[in-house]
Amino acid sequence: MKRPTRPEVLSTAPSFVWLVMFVLVPVAIIFAIAFRPALPAGGIGEGWSLDAIRALGDPSYPALFARTIFTAAVTTVLCIAASLPVAYAMARLTPVWRSRVLLLVIVPFWTNFVIRVFAWQQILHAQGFVADALRFIGLLGENDRLLGNLGAVVIVSVYTYLPFAILPLFAAAEKFDFGLLDAARDLGAKPLRAFFSVFIPGIRQGVVTAFLVVFIPMLGSYVVPDMVGGTDTQMIGNKIAQRNFTDRNLPEAAALSGALALLVLAPMFLRRKEKTA
Amino acid sequence: MKPSRIPFVTLILVLVFFYLPIGFLVLNSFNNSRYASTWTGFSTRWYERLFERTDILAALGNSVKVATGASLASMILGTAAAFALQRYKSRLQDAHKLLVAVPLVLPDILMGMSLLLLFISFGMKLSLLTISIAHVTFCLSYVALVVQARLQDFDFNVVEAARDLGATKVQAFMKVTLPLLAPGILAGGLLAFTLSIDDYVITYFVKGPGSDTLPTLVYSMIKKSKDLPVINALSSLMLIVTFVVVALSQRLTRPAVADSTK
Repeated sequence: MKRPTRPEVLSTAPSFVWLVMFVLVPVAIIFAIAFRPALPAGGIGEGWSLDAIRALGDPSYPALFARTIFTAAVTTVLCIAASLPVAYAMARLTPVWRSRVLLLVIVPFWTNFVIRVFAWQQILHAQGFVADALRFIGLLGENDRLLGNLGAVVIVSVYTYLPFAILPLFAAAEKFDFGLLDAARDLGAKPLRAFFSVFIPGIRQGVVTAFLVVFIPMLGSYVVPDMVGGTDTQMIGNKIAQRNFTDRNLPEAAALSGALALLVLAPMFLRRKEKTA
Repeated sequence: MKPSRIPFVTLILVLVFFYLPIGFLVLNSFNNSRYASTWTGFSTRWYERLFERTDILAALGNSVKVATGASLASMILGTAAAFALQRYKSRLQDAHKLLVAVPLVLPDILMGMSLLLLFISFGMKLSLLTISIAHVTFCLSYVALVVQARLQDFDFNVVEAARDLGATKVQAFMKVTLPLLAPGILAGGLLAFTLSIDDYVITYFVKGPGSDTLPTLVYSMIKKSKDLPVINALSSLMLIVTFVVVALSQRLTRPAVADSTK
């Protein structure tokens, strides 16, 4: 193995050193601080302690983790289910329309995230027009709320993550040979059958990417459950923020973050396998 | 056989789904009523109120300061990273590539939490500086990604030719490499700027008291249900800025797109 040359080192060093200092070291610190004692007044104590790790054994945590994975999974499935026909339709548009629609998909994606969630908060508000309309046609009871439940968290999460699913699926669909679908139909496949047995396997790599770019960030979701969810829709992210800012128990926040990090790594190993296969 | 209409109908429904909340927000920013549910006439009073709010203007100032610094720094670091990754194939670059990819897949809350613990461990005071460091860290990878896409069809022979014609290394870089890459670097910088302006979660963790950016201030205004119609007005203005920036960056990246469809 030859040693890297001077120009290689010079061009690699800036980003390499920066990322080691501000990504690798901080992530390692999460795992280290999880083994520190918490000071009663908030902050990190001296020495080592298993308190924070033991706190993860609290019976409420399995439910929290299960709910996080469930919410992330439902959102991911809905995003991919909606994006598949969208990607198909976009790939079949003329190039001019394709770039126009692409722009329309990208703009909400670049609109401030907090503001998009805020718009939904107003729409789903108890005195909002949606609630009024649903009450009028009898779909919503007088005291039922649209906010503060899992449905609100999932709808708003789908809204914020849908572009993340559409973009990789569209990129894959654009390269797909649509002649294969005609061939499948000539051989007697019904359109739906052709869509599921030819189109979806054909854009498989796009589906895997879409899964990862929605599911992994969803596991760390914090803003949406905080703004439109309730106490029974909390996710790991909310618990981390609560331990950190409300309880000032940094070691326990770190222990939770470490657990989340391990949870996130699992689907990434999945991708590694996918690539080598 | 008649092609199915389901995909196109879904596409239209999804676009409607995307724009209804945004449209609702803009409409409401002109609503005279304090409450979003009732329309009591057209008014620009929330816009007037917005410009009286010095704390919003100060937060906007902080956001612009951080985004400018973070996008400039990440343009330099990201371009260097993209250049090294494209030019050299070695074990060092394999590790480098992995490092650049980590911020792209790390959930925001983990990046925020880990940086907060780093700053606390090293006794750094939380301020605009710590926010900027955090923003450079996640912007760097996106800039590297965008510039790398431009470098994919970059012909390093052009640089060799300049060298053969007597240009020094620095001259070749400044007069040949940099101008050719400029649109890609600028597009990366614009992306970094928007990512930085947009970020809430990471900023919230590393901001400390008294240094709000626009998203963190808006978030606390929402939490306290304070001046919600003013947020509508602010959001509408930000939407216009977003439209302009997206259109601008599409213009900058268009040559790359046109090449790929050849």
